[in-house]
Amino acid sequence: MKKIIISILFLIPSLTFGQSILKGMIMDRSYPEGNQGVEGVTVFWLNTNVGTSTNEKGWFSIPYKEEYKKLVISYVGYRTDTISISSAETIHHFITPENELDEVQITSRKEATQKSFLQTANTFTVNSEELLKAACCNLAESFETNPSIDVNFSDALTGTRQIQMLGLKSPYLLITQENIPSIRGAAQVFGLTFTPGTWVESIQVTKGAGSVINGYESISGQINAELVKPFTDNKFFLNAYGSLGGRLELNTHFNERVSDKWQTGLYVHGNYRGQKFDRNDDGFLDFPLANQINVMNRWQYTDAEKGWVSFINLRYMDDSKQTGQMDYNPNTDRVLPGAVLSGVEVWGGEIDTKRLDASAKLGYVFPELPFQSFGFQFAYSNHQQDSYFGQRIYNIEHQSVYSNFLFSSIIGDTRNKFTTGLTFTHDGYNELVELTSFTRVENSIGGFFEYAYDNIENFSFNAGVRIDSHNLLGTFVTPRIHLRYVPWEKATLRLSAGQGRKSTNIFAENQQLFSSARQIDIRSTGGNIYGLNPEVAWNYGISYLQGFRLSEQKGNITFDFYRTQFQNQVVVDWENPQQISFYNLEGESYANSFQVEVNYSLIEDLDLRVAYKYYDIEIDYSNGRLSKPLVPNHRFFANIGYETQKQLKGSQWKFDLTYNWIGEQRLPNTSTNPVQYQLGDNAESYSLLNAQITKVFSDKFELYLGGENLTNMRQKNPILASDNPFGNNFDSTIVYAPIFGRMFYSGLRFKID
Amino acid sequence: MKKILIIMSFLLIGISVQAQKKNAKVSIEVDGVCMMCKKRIEKAALSTKGVKFASWDMKTHQLSLILDERKTNIKTVQKNVAAAGHDTKGIKATEHAYNSVSPCCKYRDPEVVKNHNKGGQ
Repeated sequence: MKKIIISILFLIPSLTFGQSILKGMIMDRSYPEGNQGVEGVTVFWLNTNVGTSTNEKGWFSIPYKEEYKKLVISYVGYRTDTISISSAETIHHFITPENELDEVQITSRKEATQKSFLQTANTFTVNSEELLKAACCNLAESFETNPSIDVNFSDALTGTRQIQMLGLKSPYLLITQENIPSIRGAAQVFGLTFTPGTWVESIQVTKGAGSVINGYESISGQINAELVKPFTDNKFFLNAYGSLGGRLELNTHFNERVSDKWQTGLYVHGNYRGQKFDRNDDGFLDFPLANQINVMNRWQYTDAEKGWVSFINLRYMDDSKQTGQMDYNPNTDRVLPGAVLSGVEVWGGEIDTKRLDASAKLGYVFPELPFQSFGFQFAYSNHQQDSYFGQRIYNIEHQSVYSNFLFSSIIGDTRNKFTTGLTFTHDGYNELVELTSFTRVENSIGGFFEYAYDNIENFSFNAGVRIDSHNLLGTFVTPRIHLRYVPWEKATLRLSAGQGRKSTNIFAENQQLFSSARQIDIRSTGGNIYGLNPEVAWNYGISYLQGFRLSEQKGNITFDFYRTQFQNQVVVDWENPQQISFYNLEGESYANSFQVEVNYSLIEDLDLRVAYKYYDIEIDYSNGRLSKPLVPNHRFFANIGYETQKQLKGSQWKFDLTYNWIGEQRLPNTSTNPVQYQLGDNAESYSLLNAQITKVFSDKFELYLGGENLTNMRQKNPILASDNPFGNNFDSTIVYAPIFGRMFYSGLRFKID
Repeated sequence: MKKILIIMSFLLIGISVQAQKKNAKVSIEVDGVCMMCKKRIEKAALSTKGVKFASWDMKTHQLSLILDERKTNIKTVQKNVAAAGHDTKGIKATEHAYNSVSPCCKYRDPEVVKNHNKGGQ
């Protein structure tokens, strides 16, 4: 060890040997052909007296020290340039005549959602511009203007929205925060609501198998949220939001420079809902009463010269919700399990969640070899949820450790890249389900290798494989591949295939069951996870993207077809209204999804996005094959965005309108219920309309006003047997449409750079 | 102490053989105008055995390379880039090679260059 340190110490001087002179050549941008040097150009180090001028061939030499970072180049009639220098390597620099500055600069406007023609996987990026279109309020609501992702309501009580991609809900999607798996385990259902929207810088959505680098769990896709970073976020940011639905939110960001290389940020979020609403007169709160405090501290270290970057994150979140009947008072009305009912009880529930997150990342790019790097990620979280729904108790504690080491480099040249590394994960679960407790520990260690080829012209592919050894899932291989081919101009054809597997947290993922009288039925086969087997599925996809120009305006059209085929699934069977059953799949289960999406600028600054989606999801239940309930076969989506030209000081208007048509949905079977609690076979199709107007006053200040569900579409009876919540037919899990109806909101954003 | 001496002598050897570096960083001037040129230039450079990394800057016309000097040299890269139709500082593309580049890439034509500059690059 000592030897290594000594030899490193010796290496340092040998790298900087003889580099005390910086040489360079200054040329004229207006005559680039000849590359003639310019004589008499003044060159000096910023804030020093060290300077020189170029010779007749345009060359200069100037003493170099490591403290010198900025070189100033000035010449009469030309723009003065200040360039960053990080080593004594010879430089070539073009100077630009002053008058060229006056030329009109034409910049093409960036789309808020960018479809990539170049990436191998079917990935699109949703940047902050697009995120602002859905002004409220957290990650769960960030996808409203995005046709690839469906937002569904999980139940009639908690107001929780769950996201779906390719017809499969979030457990089958890997959701990562800065590439660390985050919304999983105990956080599966509510986790998305624990990331405030203003913390999110951008979101990358990958359809299909995804990469092997972040683990084996993703099946239908990956969603990665990049958070705001201390170095790039505003020095101060304030966002306040209030809705007529009684929801108040406050977000503040503070970012501070600590030193040249360290920057820190403090992000504080609070939300509160104290007003009670019962617009559908079923005696139950339409939204839960809620409050949340969420604090994050980030530290970012960047040393561009030496190639080191690092992030350290700490977060604490405390969220509480109260749901149930309007006049429920948790201090006096709580009914304990087993209590004898007299018939005057009031039904209510509470969900308290506390979560601690700590994570660190370290990355190093070899300064001499820009294509070579290594990285290390480490994350710890402790998630504790204590909750009850009427007489049913559900508590879960989940401790998680994730660590990933990765190394990237090339084989021969940059057309052949690879990333390899090791992953270690630990998950410890402690659950109390009514009167039964469940404890489970999962450990896994795995290695991965991903090879990426790009011929720089029209063909690229990623092929990855990982081998994991898991105490409950066994040792298994996960292969994934993505191909991209450009058949002709502005077109991209993509293919993907891959496998994923996961253990299923049957209670955490289906928590809505507790807000019903349904009895839990686990048909154990002696498997390792609640007596059930891990879920394994293959995903295959094909996607075609074609860019076009129509009457001078740009547009693109995408066709996607994806199929997920389960080898084993933990079937969640809601078909008996008195029961929820979990059992291993026997037979077939698949989800096919087809989507066509068109993006087009109708005129300058007026963007249109239209999409149609078709889902075909069938599962072999123990009583025969059925389509998955509460998923429409057909969906239609349209979004129109218009922005006025930016005026001086950056002021402008922005308008945004989103239309959704949701087709008929099959409802779970309720035919054995008493007549008044039967729902029929299908829910009718319906439409939703959202709109938002933003007035940007300056780069510092903006106001927005919006309306959700403007057509006031509501599900008539979201809670079955709301007149008898302690009875056998009570059920709040069959939700296919909004509960609250029309709602207006307003907010402001204030920032200081 | 002896160990240190050994290490030092190894290091000195390391320095003396640096004349033929495994990862030599060099930068050459290559003429071109647009993103299509960039692709063509980088592809031609990377197809040269021994070239590990190639990045052409549209503004400065600099082609930054990392190459293995034991396997190749700047001349060879320049030759290959010129063969793809792009003038380099040392070696100019033949008329035949130049004619093979697509019309929008005709960097020798002042009209084409002007059009590209107008686009705001």
